Amino acid sequence: MTMSNEQYPQTPSQTVGPFFHFGMVPEGGANVLASDETHGERILIRGRVLDGEGVAVPDALLEIWQADANGCYNHPDDPRHAQADPHFRGFGRADTVDDGKFAIQTIKPGPVPFDGERMQAPHINVRIFSRGLLTHAYTRIYFSDEEEANAADPVLNLVDPERRHTLIARRQEQGGAPVYVFDIKLQGRDETVFFDP
Amino acid sequence: MSALSKRLSSLDWTIHPPYLHPPYESTLHRAPHRPLVPLPQTLSELTGPVYGHDDIGPLDNDLTRNAIVNGAPIGERIIVTGRVLDERGKPVPNALIEIWQANAAGRYRHLVDQHDAPIDPNFTGAGRVLTDANGEYRFTTIRPGAYPWRNHPNAWRPSHIHLSIFGRAFISRLVTQMYFPGDPLLPLDPILNGIPDEKGRQRLIASYDHDVTEPEWALGYRFDIVLNGSRMTPFENPDADDDE
Repeated sequence: MTMSNEQYPQTPSQTVGPFFHFGMVPEGGANVLASDETHGERILIRGRVLDGEGVAVPDALLEIWQADANGCYNHPDDPRHAQADPHFRGFGRADTVDDGKFAIQTIKPGPVPFDGERMQAPHINVRIFSRGLLTHAYTRIYFSDEEEANAADPVLNLVDPERRHTLIARRQEQGGAPVYVFDIKLQGRDETVFFDP
Repeated sequence: MSALSKRLSSLDWTIHPPYLHPPYESTLHRAPHRPLVPLPQTLSELTGPVYGHDDIGPLDNDLTRNAIVNGAPIGERIIVTGRVLDERGKPVPNALIEIWQANAAGRYRHLVDQHDAPIDPNFTGAGRVLTDANGEYRFTTIRPGAYPWRNHPNAWRPSHIHLSIFGRAFISRLVTQMYFPGDPLLPLDPILNGIPDEKGRQRLIASYDHDVTEPEWALGYRFDIVLNGSRMTPFENPDADDDE
């Protein structure tokens, strides 16, 4: 739906295509978000992007946007912007490779305000671009070890309970470091929940 | 801060392509089937990465010069300029635009591209530019060639430039393609024609602008971009000079 009082219609989306890497993914990668100075718990998020046939998507681009360890966004419209970690921009990208795998090294975000009263559970915002997606898809990564916060999260509570698990990354320990596994299924059985923001 | 509960989709789905568009074969197994879940616009959606001049190099907006090895790239030099606006027509300053494209022969500088057309050693086809205080951007490049793909028999993509735009908020993110006026391949292209609205398709076709054309140097094209925004203003914005 759209509102009628707008004078300037939106520019339509088009697919990112298969050849985006040299324009959007800088050499050395953009999938490491934290520097040595960044506050917060270091985490690795890894997973695969799969199509409706269960086939790996080897040419997807994930963009992530997240708050810092205290739940502040490094953006002037966050009322707590002044307290945001100056060593954390909060934006990153990961492209998938042949087997559809991606990996993101970042810090675990803090809880983010929802409406001035309620809080949102820690989460990472994700856009998915690929050949075959004429318009990107939008989802969120939540964390399996935040059960209490997840149960109270106003956004997760908008989602069919049977589908919520598609938004929750599963925590595993790997050599003492926390790893969260998050697969994205574009279509079909256990299709990831995608949002219309 | 006002309540965040009332909202409509920020994307106008009468304009943007649906996920499933069977003439574009890659959508068949990649298009999400389940209905999208409406998402309230929270701080997570209404903020986004902030860019500035430190993020841009001096030659980033000139694709005819940013990859020179032993000479100028081959092809028709062009200038592309325009404004990035929000839905109320207000300029979006400091919007980062990323650019990537094929060379004049229709070949991408990408390992996956096996089209039998020459690579230009002096052209990568990648660039970046930031909009100024008036939302204006401008870059110089080579007009890209058409190239074949395997979507259907004798399929050719019309000449196009890929553009990725970051507005003020993550919600305003746009990735699109700019096309050229008069291209006979436009009506045959399943990607452009995935856009349900004829006026929307027309808005992806740049217009030739003789005032942008520089004598004895380059042809000029104009391409304006409108980003979707929030459906409300829940946060005090010191720059805001208008009300919703």
